[in-house]
Amino acid sequence: MQRLFIPVLILTAAMFAYSPVAIASAPYESTMLLVQKIFYYHFPAWMALTAAVTVCFVSSGIYLFKGHAWADRLGFAAAEVTVIFGMFGLVSGSVWGRKAWGVWWQWDARLTMAFLLELIFIGYLLVRKYGGPGSEKLAAAMGIFGGATAPFVYKSVDWWRTIHPKTSVMASLGETSPEMWYVVWFCTAIFLMLSGLLLAARMRLETLRAGLDRLYLAAED
Amino acid sequence: MFFRIALLVLKKDFAIELKSYEILSTTAFFAVSCVAIFSFAFVKEGQAVEDAAAGILWIAIAFAGTLALGRTFERERYGETLKALLLAPAPRPAIYLGKLLGIVMLLFATEVLLVPMVAFLFNAPLFDRPVLLLALLALGTIGYAAVGTLFAAMLVRARTRDVMLPILLYPITIPVIIAGVRGTSALLQSPPDEPMATLWIALLGFFDVVFVTLSLWTFEPLMTE
Repeated sequence: MQRLFIPVLILTAAMFAYSPVAIASAPYESTMLLVQKIFYYHFPAWMALTAAVTVCFVSSGIYLFKGHAWADRLGFAAAEVTVIFGMFGLVSGSVWGRKAWGVWWQWDARLTMAFLLELIFIGYLLVRKYGGPGSEKLAAAMGIFGGATAPFVYKSVDWWRTIHPKTSVMASLGETSPEMWYVVWFCTAIFLMLSGLLLAARMRLETLRAGLDRLYLAAED
Repeated sequence: MFFRIALLVLKKDFAIELKSYEILSTTAFFAVSCVAIFSFAFVKEGQAVEDAAAGILWIAIAFAGTLALGRTFERERYGETLKALLLAPAPRPAIYLGKLLGIVMLLFATEVLLVPMVAFLFNAPLFDRPVLLLALLALGTIGYAAVGTLFAAMLVRARTRDVMLPILLYPITIPVIIAGVRGTSALLQSPPDEPMATLWIALLGFFDVVFVTLSLWTFEPLMTE
C-alpha cells in the first residue's frame, strides 16, 4: 500500500495533466458543442463518488457487525472523499446546467436525490465531529442508510421524467461515439485513482492518529 | 414469541403514556401550532396559496414526529429504562418493533387531529379519496418512524442528541416526505390524480420495506456497547 502510493500519485498526476489534451481532441457534441466538455469531469466525479459510497457502505457494515477499528477509519475516510466528489459533481453539474438548461439548479428527481445523498454524508461528518463518544456507530448507521440511498440516485433518471440525461446514454456511448467513450473512461480512471489516493492518505492519517491516542493513554498510565 | 414481545413493549409505552398523556398532548399541540405558523406564511388576502396544504401537512407531521421521538427516548433515558429493556432476554429487533409501533400510533393519533385541521383551514378536499389518503399517511408515517426510532434509540447515549436527531433523520427521510407530499398534492387536484397517487403510494411501500429491513437488521449491533 505504502510503496504503491508514490507511483500511483505520479501516474495520476501525469494522466491528469494529459486529460485536457484528450478532452480537446474528442469530437464536439452535436447540440451542446463546447459546453458538453464539462461531462468529461462531471461523470468521472460521480463515478469516484459511487466508489467512495460503496467503500463507506461496506466498511460501515463490517464495523457494525465485526467491530474492526480499521473498518471504522476506512468508513470515515470514504465519507470525506464522498463529500468532496459530491461537491465537485454538484458544482460541475450546476455550471453545465446553467449553459445547457439556462438555470443553475432545477428541482428534478436526479438533482434532488444527488443533493440528498450529499446531505446524508455531510451529516455523517457532522456526527463524527460533534457526536461525542459513541458517535462511530451512529456514523456507521448513516453510512449504511446513505449507501442504501445511492442506488435510488442512480436509477432516478430512469424512473422519473427528468431533464437530466438517462443512464442509457453511457451504455450506448461506446457505439454512438467511440472517441468520446474512450476519453470519458480515461478521465474516470483518473478520478478513481485520485479517490483511491485520497482514501489511502486519509486512512493513514487516521491510523497514525489512533496510534498517537494509544501512546497518550499508555503514557498516562 | 417475537410479536408477543413487541406487543409487550408497546403495551408498556402505552400504559406510561396513558398516565399523563404528556407526549401525545405536547406533540399534538406542537403540530397544531406548526400549521398555524404556516397558515400565516401561505395565506394571501384570505386565500391559501395553491398546493400548500399537502406540504404543510407533511412538514407538520415530520416536525411533530421529531419531537415525539425525542421525548419518547428522553423518558427512557431519564429512568435508565432503555438499558433495562435491552438487558431483557428478548430479541433486540422485537424491542425495536415495539418502540416503532408506539411511535407510529402516537403519530397516527396526531394525524387524526392534523388532517381535518389542514382540510378545514386550507379548504383542501383531503377526504375525497379517503382510502388513498389513509394509505399515504400510514406508509409515510411508518417509513419516517422506522428510521426515526432507530436513530433516536442510538442517540440516547449521545451528549448532543437534541441537535443530532434532526440532522441525521431529515436527509435520510426526505424521500419519504417527498413521496408523501407529492402523493397528497395529487389527491388534492380536481379531479384527483389517482394513478399518480397510487404510484407514490407504491414508492412509499418500497421505501418502507427498505427502511424497516435495514433498521431491524442494524438495531442489534447498533445498540450493543
